Amino acid sequence: MTDATAAETPSKATVTPDQMAWESRTRRLVTIYLPLALFVIVLLFPFYWMTITSFKPNAELYDYKKYNPFWIGSPTLSHIKHLLFETAYPRWLMVTMGVAICSTTLSLFSSVLAAYAIQRLRFRGSQYVGLAIYLAYLVPPSILFIPLATTIYQLGLFDSPLALILTYPTFLVPFSTWLLIGYFKSIPYELEECALIDGATRLQILRRITLPLAVPGLISAGIFSFTLSWNEFIYALAFIQSSEKKTVSVAILTELVSGDVYQWGSLMAGSLLGSLPVAIFYSFFVDYYVSSLTGAVKE
Amino acid sequence: MTVATMTDWSRVKPQPNWLARLFDYKPFLVFMCLLPACGLLLVFLTYPLGLGIWLSFTDTKIGSAGKFIGLDNFEYLLEDPQFWGAVFYSVFYTAVATFGKFALGLWLALLLNNHVPFKSLLRAIILLPWIVPTVLSALAFWWLYDPQFSIFSYVAVDVLHIRSKPFDFLSTTWPARWSLIAANIWRGIPFVAISLLAGLQTISPSLYEAALLDGSTAWQRFRFITFPLLLPILAIVMTFSIIFTFTDFQLVYAITRGGPLNSTHLMATLAFQRGISGGELGEGAAIAVAMIPFLVGATLFSYFALARRKWQQGEAND
Repeated sequence: MTDATAAETPSKATVTPDQMAWESRTRRLVTIYLPLALFVIVLLFPFYWMTITSFKPNAELYDYKKYNPFWIGSPTLSHIKHLLFETAYPRWLMVTMGVAICSTTLSLFSSVLAAYAIQRLRFRGSQYVGLAIYLAYLVPPSILFIPLATTIYQLGLFDSPLALILTYPTFLVPFSTWLLIGYFKSIPYELEECALIDGATRLQILRRITLPLAVPGLISAGIFSFTLSWNEFIYALAFIQSSEKKTVSVAILTELVSGDVYQWGSLMAGSLLGSLPVAIFYSFFVDYYVSSLTGAVKE
Repeated sequence: MTVATMTDWSRVKPQPNWLARLFDYKPFLVFMCLLPACGLLLVFLTYPLGLGIWLSFTDTKIGSAGKFIGLDNFEYLLEDPQFWGAVFYSVFYTAVATFGKFALGLWLALLLNNHVPFKSLLRAIILLPWIVPTVLSALAFWWLYDPQFSIFSYVAVDVLHIRSKPFDFLSTTWPARWSLIAANIWRGIPFVAISLLAGLQTISPSLYEAALLDGSTAWQRFRFITFPLLLPILAIVMTFSIIFTFTDFQLVYAITRGGPLNSTHLMATLAFQRGISGGELGEGAAIAVAMIPFLVGATLFSYFALARRKWQQGEAND
């Protein structure tokens, strides 16, 4: 590769003289800051619009000529009030929260054990089990939901949040296991050997030595699982029927969108409130989240 | 007799009970540790995957057990223009959205790889579209695409005066298709950008210094250093991106539900419409099974075409 670079370099390379400070600054402005600002604006604009819509009174919402559409003349909480007191929104939030917490706990528990067995107990064929679990991550929910619906029905779990708690781990466990295998790999094996010599059992080692050292990995896997299960849609749409057991994203789409005239104010308020928990949760652990995202890709 | 009364003065070793001993027996421990994860995956992933393939050969409906009908479902689908429409749009959607996501995401990653102030804050903000539930941001897009109150139309018609009538985002075939692709690209950029940024940061700066000394241009540095070294990560990210774009469901279901005139159906939404809403489980499963060859093909392509080039292991090109 280096040869190729050398060969390609033009022999009479024109050496650019040091540019004057102001010139390179404008250059940087145009090539870096301007595109970056554009990206940020484009990526954030839908959220800005969502937020501004949920606090606008209806009169402003549907009249751009009289009111400046990019700002709120007289902010109102009526959409949020409508959402919280006249719909089952709080209930949907609770269901979503419960499902997300339970499935995250379940999948963390199973992936810690699985990752420990694969990475530390080193039985014959352990790397194949690891590979199989990784391949499970490549099976998307869209090809599973129809047969899963019949399975859920056979198990008598249809229309129960338990169905979601049990099915979400199918995409949470593979990811978390891979993340945790990476973390366990980074913990020196000598620590465990010392404990073994001191007469600790394997489970004591896992509980007292490996797990405390793998806390950052556990947090990353936990956040990732939580956001993934909060965002899940297709299973929740297919397995839950009664209105009061729906999760936020399904409920907004199926219960709040009704008739021909959409209540954009409350729809956007619902989206905003539904996004806030993950956004807040995420903002506390951004670095863990980024490291898990990139760590999993690098694995 | 004396022997019997003699006391053993050595300290009694604490004998672990049988349960603790069982859990220290390695094969048993391995089994117990793998049981929860493998059990969940087998019951809710492997079994349904097999069941799905079986269902696609039956005429199961909701509420009635089906019987084996061979390839009838697939033969029916082969003559169904709606199915071919969904196949076409799925491929088109995946190709265009993946290209857009990677072009823009790579650009964003390269921008972020410079020294910019508030870098970690920027990174956190940029990831937001990826964190927020897709359906909820899709709703925001739906509102932005509203035929009457779209802010884009307002700006184009009443502020800039470049159009005489509002944009028509979702009510005709091609505009609706492009609008969905735009929303998908918007949602996918952060993931691509942040993963590629991580890859960029592993490239040693000394390579760039050496290239600078050799008098290389910015394009050459990108073409011969950045791009080849980024390729392994690019391949993995692309595999994931293709798989999850091809099987996308939420965006389309939230914004158009396959309309107008079924022109924006992806295979996943068509499978849902036929299988769950329409009750034809067998036919829905057949559509879902028809996605598998595309997924395997895409995975193999990105894996072999991009990830396993010999020179990445320091060997010569051939």
